[in-house]
Amino acid sequence: MSEMGATPYPPGELEREARAADTRRRWLLSLPALVIIIFAAAGPLLVMVVYSFLTPGDYGNVKWQFSLEGWTNTIVQRDIFDDTLIWADAHLSIFWRSLSLSLITTLLTLIFGVPTAWFIATQPPGKREFWLFLVTVPFWTNLLVRTIAIQELIRSEGVINLVLLKLGIIDAPLQMMFTDFAIGFGMTYVYLPLMVLPVYAAVDKLDFRLVEAAHDLYASRWTAFRRVILPLIKPGIIAGSILVFIPCLGAYVTPRVLGGGKNLMFGNLIELQFGQGRNWPLGAALSLMLMVAVMVALIWYVRVTSREQADGR
Amino acid sequence: MDATTNTQDSTTDAIAVEVDHVSKIFRGEQEVRALDDVSVGIRKNEFFTLLGPSGCGKTTLLRLIAGFEPPTMGAIRLGGRDISRLPPNQRPVNTVFQNYALFPHMSVAQNIAFGLEMLGKPKAEVQKTVDEMLRLVRMEELKNRRTGEISGGQQQRVALARALAPHPEVLLLDEPLSALDLKLRKDMQIELKRLQSETGITFIFVTHDQEEALTMSDRIAVMSAGKILQVGPPRDIYERPAERFVANFIGESNFLDATLAGGKATLAAGGTFDVHVPEGVRDGKVSVLVRPEHATVHAGEAGEREIAGTVENVVYSGEATVVHLRLATGEAMKARLSNAPQGGEAAPETGSAAAVTIAPGAVTVLRD
Ligand SMILES: Nc1ncnc2c1ncn2[C@@H]1O[C@H](COP(=O)(O)OP(=O)(O)OP(=O)(O)O)[C@@H](O)[C@H]1O
Ligand SMILES: [Mg+2]
Repeated sequence: MSEMGATPYPPGELEREARAADTRRRWLLSLPALVIIIFAAAGPLLVMVVYSFLTPGDYGNVKWQFSLEGWTNTIVQRDIFDDTLIWADAHLSIFWRSLSLSLITTLLTLIFGVPTAWFIATQPPGKREFWLFLVTVPFWTNLLVRTIAIQELIRSEGVINLVLLKLGIIDAPLQMMFTDFAIGFGMTYVYLPLMVLPVYAAVDKLDFRLVEAAHDLYASRWTAFRRVILPLIKPGIIAGSILVFIPCLGAYVTPRVLGGGKNLMFGNLIELQFGQGRNWPLGAALSLMLMVAVMVALIWYVRVTSREQADGR
Repeated sequence: MDATTNTQDSTTDAIAVEVDHVSKIFRGEQEVRALDDVSVGIRKNEFFTLLGPSGCGKTTLLRLIAGFEPPTMGAIRLGGRDISRLPPNQRPVNTVFQNYALFPHMSVAQNIAFGLEMLGKPKAEVQKTVDEMLRLVRMEELKNRRTGEISGGQQQRVALARALAPHPEVLLLDEPLSALDLKLRKDMQIELKRLQSETGITFIFVTHDQEEALTMSDRIAVMSAGKILQVGPPRDIYERPAERFVANFIGESNFLDATLAGGKATLAAGGTFDVHVPEGVRDGKVSVLVRPEHATVHAGEAGEREIAGTVENVVYSGEATVVHLRLATGEAMKARLSNAPQGGEAAPETGSAAAVTIAPGAVTVLRD
């Protein structure tokens, strides 16, 4: 028997080398992604941060002069006539509308998306691709075109009103265009696939024998869903909710077309500052605020759900 | 194995599960007849085993009893009550699944508590039963682990505890031991038997391991291609198989040609034996079974009541030596000799002439 430790390598050296090589390879592989993140994401973000602390130029753009007005303007505004400070309650109500419409849209896509995903995932394997294809068809056309198509559906002389009038269910056309309903309807339609796809992936992975086991142990259909299916497809539901909620908060095209000029959402408010408003610092501050709000919400959400996961419920 | 209860065929025992002319046909691209007119009565407190090769319909029969699938034809009764229309969650039947199917998002204890909670038992009682079950399957230490963080054998015990906790009338076990290594498997076999006698629950156990079936069961049903070929205590199944398939599936077999006349069979190779004749077999040419361990061999010429043969191969396997012979009729035959301590009588040499003696009562007539 040879003596222990009489090997040509000191203990741990081979492991250390392998780890180092592994780290090198990982950095090398992530390099393209890092470059993109730095130039395409971090760069513009930095520009925004800087702009938010500058003074608005006369014809848009910024003057290189430090100012906190971009930030204070998000909350209070100077009255044009007598220079007194007043609450920027227009901003608050727009923020509130964005938040509530986004939440409602997320909820609606959940209500419509989960059963749809379930339906597709329980089809025989050959047929699933067909249904998935149908779900993704809207992605094949431009967002603006799709939104205008919805407009055709819900405007006063649109398809829905015509049918309802013909059937005698209503006497006068329903005013659906330029309402919050129109925006919610449009966003639900636009973002539904973003809910269906991750939930489908989760249901597809679900082991249906576990559902049988739950029934075997006296769970009714509803309890089996609540206690076994729901916790297991929750990652998909969370992913779907995030994918829908975040773009909703910043949505721009849909509220613009379906909400008209009146029912602004946060995305339109920001756009306004960079356009007619000619107040780039305010626009920059508003978009940073939106970003922080989204991030806080996300972190909170992930925290809560991962704690629940650890509790096993 | 308890010979007295095994051979007893009392009709007074209450029937727990009655499978009445059940067929199950799966209609896919092609029709699969997974169960073909199966009828069987399983008694209360019985350890009943379904034994058969892969694809013979064992899992399908369990799934029908559990209620996961309706039968194409026939009915299933539980304690005399027709349960054909009841959904699985209303049947007092629990299953230990072939792959365990433990809930991955719950701890060991939560898994075991699930059925009790679904039955709406009070918290204190749930807690008490779960603790009892954990003790029964010796998993107290791991009760807070996730089911993904325990070994296969431990998962199997949790699956068992989870199915036993609601104290069902009938427990269905679908090859629960097949994933375990030999040592653990032997331990679990003993543990299962202990659990069954302690709880008094009717066990319907599926396996394709014949030894497991023989050592554990009160009665065995041997299945093939969607049919139950024979039902009986292990001893009957082993010693009096009614068909070639059953004999072949359980234990080692010699099949020999013989002529049956008036309750006696005369082997083509020589010798006349008193035999048990299964129903439906008439006098004339028949196939008979002789188990290798019921035959002995010695070197030399065949005497009276002995069969002459040539030794073709001798295989030593620890506790026994198997001698492969070619009889004068051209039939192949094996004899299994238990090994004596070293220095004892040696088995005959390959190539030599040998004489086979078949024990009285060792010849069984087969139906085909
Ligand atoms: N859902 C199904 N659809 C179509 N055919 C099926 C289905 N389930 C089972 N079968 C077929 O029915 C037959 C019996 O299957 P079953 O699962 O009962 O066999 P088994 O005896 O449990 O086999 P194993 O020992 O491999 O588990 C097989 O031929 C199988 O292919
Ligand atoms: Mg099976």
